[in-house]
Amino acid sequence: MADRTGLESAPALEARELTVTFPARRGQGSARAVDGVNLALGRGEVLALIGESGCGKSTLARALVGLIPPTSGEIRYDGLPLQRTRSGMREFRRHVQLVLQDPYGALNPRQNVHDAVAEGLRLHGQRAGLTRKVSEALEQVGMRPPEHFFDRFPHQLSGGQQQRVVIAGALTLGPDVLVADEPVSSLDASVRGEILKLFLGLRDRLGLAALVVSHDLGLAWNIADRVAVMYLGRIVEVGTVEDVLLRPQHPYTRALLAAVPSTEEREATAVLRGEPPDPTAIPSGCRFHPRCPLRATLPEDAAQRCLTDVPVLPPGTGTRQVACFHVEDGPPAPAAPAEQIEVTG
Amino acid sequence: MTETAVRRPELGPGEPLLDVRGLTVTYRSGRDPVYAARGVDVTLAPGETLGMAGESGSGKTTVAMSLLRLLPVDADVTGEIRFRGEDLLSVNWARMRAVRWAEASVVFQGAMSALNPVKTVGDQIAEPILLHEKVGEKAARERARALLDSVGVPSRRVTSYPHELSGGQRQRVMMAMALACGPDLLIADEPTTALDVIVQAQILTLLTDLVKERGISLIMISHDLSVLASTCDRIAVMYAGRLVETGPSRVVITHPLHPYARALAGAFPTLGDPASRRAPGGLPGDPPDLREKIEGCPFAPRCPEVEDRCRTGVVPLVEVVGAPDREAACIHVPGYDAAVARG
Repeated sequence: MADRTGLESAPALEARELTVTFPARRGQGSARAVDGVNLALGRGEVLALIGESGCGKSTLARALVGLIPPTSGEIRYDGLPLQRTRSGMREFRRHVQLVLQDPYGALNPRQNVHDAVAEGLRLHGQRAGLTRKVSEALEQVGMRPPEHFFDRFPHQLSGGQQQRVVIAGALTLGPDVLVADEPVSSLDASVRGEILKLFLGLRDRLGLAALVVSHDLGLAWNIADRVAVMYLGRIVEVGTVEDVLLRPQHPYTRALLAAVPSTEEREATAVLRGEPPDPTAIPSGCRFHPRCPLRATLPEDAAQRCLTDVPVLPPGTGTRQVACFHVEDGPPAPAAPAEQIEVTG
Repeated sequence: MTETAVRRPELGPGEPLLDVRGLTVTYRSGRDPVYAARGVDVTLAPGETLGMAGESGSGKTTVAMSLLRLLPVDADVTGEIRFRGEDLLSVNWARMRAVRWAEASVVFQGAMSALNPVKTVGDQIAEPILLHEKVGEKAARERARALLDSVGVPSRRVTSYPHELSGGQRQRVMMAMALACGPDLLIADEPTTALDVIVQAQILTLLTDLVKERGISLIMISHDLSVLASTCDRIAVMYAGRLVETGPSRVVITHPLHPYARALAGAFPTLGDPASRRAPGGLPGDPPDLREKIEGCPFAPRCPEVEDRCRTGVVPLVEVVGAPDREAACIHVPGYDAAVARG
């Protein structure tokens, strides 16, 4: 298979040192939902962003499509920083489109399929050949014949069809990037696969890149080229699906994989204890250190480093990166070389 | 351990704890009746764990909730639900209330809405104990502390309100409540749906240990076959209100026989399996409309292996030749024709 990461040229969409902080609520500090993220989506690439609820993955996705202004850092489209002017945002939205989790909530219940799909074209003043473009978009998402669906309302469609309509609406302006937040989690298992196939088909036919946000590692295995694993506002591991899912290095990635239900007998020790801390009280150093099973096995001086130093992933590059001082592909150790830890799947 | 107001029938040797025959549930609230369960047979031995799999609208929650008569009043329930030999569909409400909590209890989906937001979790756990057993408040509170401890929530949390706990802790509190009166049967309806993978793994491990330790039978409902396979001895797959396949968890998930079970298993890929890499398993078409009476196999309209005779009559669940612990409702199952001929 050809190199699908496509990172040799400028990434289609990129976050650089991106931070999104939400203001404090009563009795709490401000929440750093996204905290210094570097992440690049190559052209025509499918990248899965995986994490638990509260890790900041949805905030990152919304910031990447320009819906949430970053507190610091920048978004780049096609190598250039996003201009937050009216015309800059308008241009950006033609290229980068968002698909949400709940298609029924995303559709206007009083708008028929034709008008729902045509909405983007109307907003961008592209009225010429409107119905033809709507038909084409519906065909792209497998709703054939398109005219058959024009007059239907959302409640007359199945969940899978609703999500197809949402995706068709995102396609009309001819974007190069789709950012999809849990696009299949509200759908039934048997329908889910069909929508995932659609994302793969759109990439193959239209060269569309996709950032798919999910908590589901199986989804990454099904459709993604690369995976980024997020924990408490930061990316902790990124690499090809095969590397990250079959040869995970970061202790958090390994814990996530150990938690995937299987018919095999579960090792009692493999399940991580506790729950993710909240983003208003982020631990010092490596933010995973209070729960880290690897740290417990380290010599004292090595373990000390987890408390003080923040493992940072450098920007760019499609190679594998792991934000842990104590694994093979982690950031370089400054003084004494960190002990090699045997990593197995 | 418990002493209930009403006599508990003893279970004879080899007798199933639960024996459901021909369970049919029809909702008659809207304009058209909804045929949610269409003749379901389930047996459960003491201590056995059964996972009921299916998508939304398959009838799995309807079946599970009908066991303790927890369905809304517009539901017409027919058939037989024998629990310890007693038909729960014909007992009076006093007896039904005695069975609930004390002999069979439910862990509901979404602990936030199932728990009372204005009562402490300690009071909520003590409530069924006070209702069903002749114990004082102090003793009940002690039991609540011990129960919290056994589900991995610090016992000092008895004075907490549900909103002060995390999602995982609330689900643990639900489990403590369900276990409070020492039931023989636990019904868990999607107990981990809203939880993250790591918390889900914690809850599933806890649930598995608790039922094993106490010899409780478990019926667990989920749309996720892999969750069921990691928790239950047997799996029953439902489609359009009927069972389409039953068997030991591991074989049902690794070698499903019914084409629908195959599609469902394919929707949950095994990481590292080259067959599913960049190839999501899916099924064209949409789930069936439950307002319609279904002729033939309910899966026929979406089935990749459909034949003409799938579309007529009834395709019953038959024992699989060579695998007496498995059943499937498909004409392509080995020994189907002989089994149908036998009746």
